[in-house]
Amino acid sequence: MSQYAHPEVLVSADWVEQHLQDPKVRLVEVDVDTNSYKEGHIPGAIAWAWNQQLCDTVQRDILSQTGFEKLMSSSGISPETTVVLYGDSNNWFAAWAFWQAKIYGHKDIRILNGGRKKWLADGRELAVEIPAYPSVAYRAQAPNLALRAFLPQVQGAVQKKSAALVDVRSPQEFSGEILAPPGLPETCQRGGHIPGARNIPWSKACNDDGTFKSADELRALYGAEAIDGKQPVIAYCRIGERSSHTWFVLRYLLGFEQVTNYDGSWTEWGNLVGAQVERGAAPAKPAQS
Amino acid sequence: MKPQHYRERQVTSGPWQIHLVSYQLGDLFYCKADNVSPGANIARGSAATQEEAERIVLNKAEERLARTRRQTV
Repeated sequence: MSQYAHPEVLVSADWVEQHLQDPKVRLVEVDVDTNSYKEGHIPGAIAWAWNQQLCDTVQRDILSQTGFEKLMSSSGISPETTVVLYGDSNNWFAAWAFWQAKIYGHKDIRILNGGRKKWLADGRELAVEIPAYPSVAYRAQAPNLALRAFLPQVQGAVQKKSAALVDVRSPQEFSGEILAPPGLPETCQRGGHIPGARNIPWSKACNDDGTFKSADELRALYGAEAIDGKQPVIAYCRIGERSSHTWFVLRYLLGFEQVTNYDGSWTEWGNLVGAQVERGAAPAKPAQS
Repeated sequence: MKPQHYRERQVTSGPWQIHLVSYQLGDLFYCKADNVSPGANIARGSAATQEEAERIVLNKAEERLARTRRQTV
């Protein structure tokens, strides 16, 4: 069995338990359901709310460099701190935080394999006390935009077929049958997908217990859709958080060098006047090279 | 405090699948529902028993899913 390309970005629940008192480690819970933290969380963990603290709340954007610095500083995180992220929905928004931290160059950031789900299922200790850590100075690096795709890059990739597009939404969202995940508000004018995209739902990268599949299984999953690291990859979903999970898998578990997250995603493309849209189920798998 | 009685199950509601996760923390049972594909959280709740927590959340989830429009493709 082959190893992940960067196994150092994943930690196990046992590792976390052994580092609960480690002052060099900061645990951060990032949930889809931002109420979960209050029920109980890993002792010593703080919480970041994806919809308030991990985005610009005025214009649609990720955190600015200044905003990221403030978040890290107020969380008691220095550039030398080992940050361990975890969350519900198999680390869906934990990956979103990881992606932004890498854009701003945080050196040692990791994800708890299995996230909140596995921690609960294992029956491990939880706390309700909300810890406070003294602020520390934090200077972020200039944003590494090689990790992020903007609309013109995606349009160019579609036109020139210069990158593989991976739509990580559900098959029903991909086909256009529904305009948002079932039960969530519709946030686009048109359903379907970006022309030429392959559909590999994000959750296929996870086991039932929330942990990531093995490197061999992941390589087979993406390889079956000709996503093998030989050409640049652009991942997208509805608002960019599910695709940050896939970005993490491709970039750090499989080690593909040229992977970007298009966080504008379907809520940008599906609302553009005149943008080409394909509808219908995913075509047959491409021939293997 | 350790979570107890962790349970997952999946139910069908019309064309939709609902994944329920419930567990006890202290004196309360908590339940969450997601829509399976893609796995987005759509309802949450708590109650004194696991069955009641699941019932409350299932009702909320079904209400939300019933509002989902399906397009002809």
